Amino acid sequence: MKPIARVNDFVVKFSNVNGSGSASANALFARAVLRMGVPVAARNIFPSNIQGLPTWYEVRIVEDGWRGRRGGVDMMVAMNPETWAQDVAEVEAGGYLFYDSSKPLPASRLRDDITAIGMPITAICNAEYSDARQRQLFKNIVYLGALASLLSIEPAEIERLFAEQYKGKEALLEANRKALRMGYDHESVQQRIGLKVERRDKVGEKIFLDGNQAAALGAVYGGATLCAWYPITPSSSVAEAFAAQCRKYRVEPGTGKSRYAIVQAEDELASIGMVIGGAWNGARSFTATSGPGISLMQEFIGLAYFAEIPAVLIDVQRGSPSTGMPTKTQQADLLCCAYASHGDTKHVLLFPQDPKECFEMSAQAFDLADRLQTPIFVMLDLDIGMQDWLCDPFTWDDSRRMDRGKVMSAADLEAGKDFGRYLDRDGDGIPFRTIPGTHARRGAYFTRGTSKDRYARYTEDGSIYADNMQRLLRKFETAKGLVPAPVIERAAQPTNAGVIWYGSTGAPMAESLAALERHGIHLDRMRIRGFPFADPVAEFIAAHEHVFLVEQNRDAQLRTLIVTECGIAPERLIPVLHYDGNPLTARFITREIAEKAELFNVKHLRKVAP
Amino acid sequence: MTYLAKPRLHHPDLPKNKLGFTRRDYEGPVSTLCAGCGHDSISAAIIQAFYDLSIAPHKVAKLSGIGCSSKTPTYFLGQSHGFNSVHGRMPSVLTGAALANRDLIYLGVSGDGDSASIGIGQFAHAMRRGVNMVYIVENNGVYGLTKGQFSATADKGSKAKRGAVNSDEPIDLVQLALVLGATFVARGFSGDKEQLVPLIKAAVEHRGAAFIDVVSPCVAFNNHPGSTKSYDYVRAHNEAVNRLDFVSVREPITAAVPVGGVESITLHDGGSIRLRKLHPEYDARDKVGALAYLEEHRMRGEVVTGLLYVQDDPVDLHESQNTVAVPLNSLGDEALIPGNAALAAFNARMR
Repeated sequence: MKPIARVNDFVVKFSNVNGSGSASANALFARAVLRMGVPVAARNIFPSNIQGLPTWYEVRIVEDGWRGRRGGVDMMVAMNPETWAQDVAEVEAGGYLFYDSSKPLPASRLRDDITAIGMPITAICNAEYSDARQRQLFKNIVYLGALASLLSIEPAEIERLFAEQYKGKEALLEANRKALRMGYDHESVQQRIGLKVERRDKVGEKIFLDGNQAAALGAVYGGATLCAWYPITPSSSVAEAFAAQCRKYRVEPGTGKSRYAIVQAEDELASIGMVIGGAWNGARSFTATSGPGISLMQEFIGLAYFAEIPAVLIDVQRGSPSTGMPTKTQQADLLCCAYASHGDTKHVLLFPQDPKECFEMSAQAFDLADRLQTPIFVMLDLDIGMQDWLCDPFTWDDSRRMDRGKVMSAADLEAGKDFGRYLDRDGDGIPFRTIPGTHARRGAYFTRGTSKDRYARYTEDGSIYADNMQRLLRKFETAKGLVPAPVIERAAQPTNAGVIWYGSTGAPMAESLAALERHGIHLDRMRIRGFPFADPVAEFIAAHEHVFLVEQNRDAQLRTLIVTECGIAPERLIPVLHYDGNPLTARFITREIAEKAELFNVKHLRKVAP
Repeated sequence: MTYLAKPRLHHPDLPKNKLGFTRRDYEGPVSTLCAGCGHDSISAAIIQAFYDLSIAPHKVAKLSGIGCSSKTPTYFLGQSHGFNSVHGRMPSVLTGAALANRDLIYLGVSGDGDSASIGIGQFAHAMRRGVNMVYIVENNGVYGLTKGQFSATADKGSKAKRGAVNSDEPIDLVQLALVLGATFVARGFSGDKEQLVPLIKAAVEHRGAAFIDVVSPCVAFNNHPGSTKSYDYVRAHNEAVNRLDFVSVREPITAAVPVGGVESITLHDGGSIRLRKLHPEYDARDKVGALAYLEEHRMRGEVVTGLLYVQDDPVDLHESQNTVAVPLNSLGDEALIPGNAALAAFNARMR
């Protein structure tokens, strides 16, 4: 078997034991490649556990800039004896296996169609360090040095990363440098293999971070002052990042006091309750949660819809139902968010495709919540939320101001403006609200979940109830024009087929579309970014004979939403579904669409009107 | 139920408080609760307390859960914003509201079903967080709106109107609040306004979690012989440990200093509570003693009322959150949005 030979286009997978300190070394590997100007796509594949279970980190070195997982492994860094057999088996024929050869391995445990490179890492570290913790931690740095040598990664870039990480901690910096050199200079890795990283200039100004951190920063820029949350994977790091960023950006100069409040609540019911209380009282408020948390919040979400309270919910979706697969990814909360709660309810959803949009949409969600006076869901998933993605740098327009929506001021009230909390003055379904404490004699009202008239007075009159429910529908219509519009692009050649997707599916989708094109399958494309659906969504579907809909759930939830909300016949949408919890790959989408395209006889030529 | 507005025209000679508000300004529309309901007496006590304290009605936010008690905020402080939230979850909504604007006074009104059954979790956590609020439970031991089921505060052995006997142990919210860290704990009786009004006033001035359990008989479902929450039973078994003379900095000190055991408790804003001790051995600053006293009397079937515990210098949620002196909801773009330069520095750290 000929060894694989590829430059800037291969997959390295690290197999580790979680809690062993491997995560930071593996991230250094990815960042060092980025510093050489070569894009990477990284995925952490981890268990729901703190210490001792297998964990993997997959780095796809990809000059073309694809951001999805490729599938397949060209080089395995096997550091976990427990998963040895599985790890060895996963390597593509012609691939490479890097392993700790401190204990001799029988040939039967290796494969003859891959190149095995052994290095006695444990022995090296045991000889060098006496402290057990150091012996463990520096193993990771030693293999990092070894990989740098094998793959031609410049050690100077890794050392620069050390210097940034250990600024002012000279001892640590020096110890890491030394361990790196021990690996880099070891005789076992003084050889060239077929995989190579070559310096390019393809990263530019791009940044590398996870979506949870980005969404948290979006909340800071969105003007959020209250965060109430309950820990749940994979969303906890949103609140934690918000706390860290607030300590940086939201401390009052001079006094050291906080321009924010963060409460780790007793459960998700209390989290959303606090958000609703804060938002009702005029502070931009949000919670971060995942599917099970959304389930627990249902009653309150209905109250917020009906009482018209601005609230932002960041839902980092995971494998469901129930506790499901807490450390795996899915897009399976769409329906439970879109129609959350009892009664006739509909909610606004935003679908960011990467950390940049997590930042932008999270900030935008607060404007939308205030403008529409209703809960806004920002729909991340574990793949975007907890994985580091390469994306364009964030920007902010300094002239932008928070849109607080329709709030009646003390001056308005003083001037005698007619205030009815549920009165539609402008025909867009959005009433005015007052913030408690605004005016001594005017503008107070009683907020309730029970039926009320336009002036917020309790009523059980059916016609008044129905009138209010109709206004809420008008408000939802208004939302169509305010949520991010779908992004529509034409295929390179005219075609009668199209494809729709949303969220993290965008990463493998871009790559898959290029592959399909090479197969002669040309698809017009639409990425949905918000719900309720703007008119172009239905128009796009109507304009194509065959429309594929790619989602990461079993029941084709976006399809259900489109069918229900746009009145489109279900057979018009061909589902392509992936829901095993692992990040979606371009290979999967390409195979599925290619098969179905044949089945449905997809033609390349767009029908021309006679 | 209909919405009954009271006439807006006031008699010109109605007495006014320091801010120029009449008592009417603290009222709401006519109550739709049953005639004789204890809850209406509590509403009257709340109206009296806020009128006496000369608090501008719009500087109060009143929040409640679901149930008969939670309906009452409609009937008082008609010029205050109100929020009738979901069953058992008023404490979280109030907590969020209180964090948004530290300058308002937060009045949470709940019932025994709302706080001791479905909402016991939120009740507990609001107390331990030290939310600056007055939390009143209008406690009648029964579910009124759903027609007479026992609540979790109903005494073991008490009889429902239709004869069912409660076999479960009761929850005493006062003891619970004490253990959970409430820094002002009192119990009143809806039939004793003279005791209740000063308790509410003192609770308003307390900066921290102030809890008042008010025994409030349900005339429809729990006022019969055999009920331990009936007017007759409470009157016969009320064990008042003290009486308050509340002295606020908002009003001149006019209350006569009573003879006998008097204890003065200074509040954070300089006001003070004067406790006329009816039981000389009862010390309202001794949490352990209070718990023992309450339990002893509970075992004897007696209802202990009065200011049961107060901590002089509580730490409230805003203090533990270290929030700025101005309300969070008043902060604008300048204070909140770091801007593009900060974002450029953030980007640089992510490369």
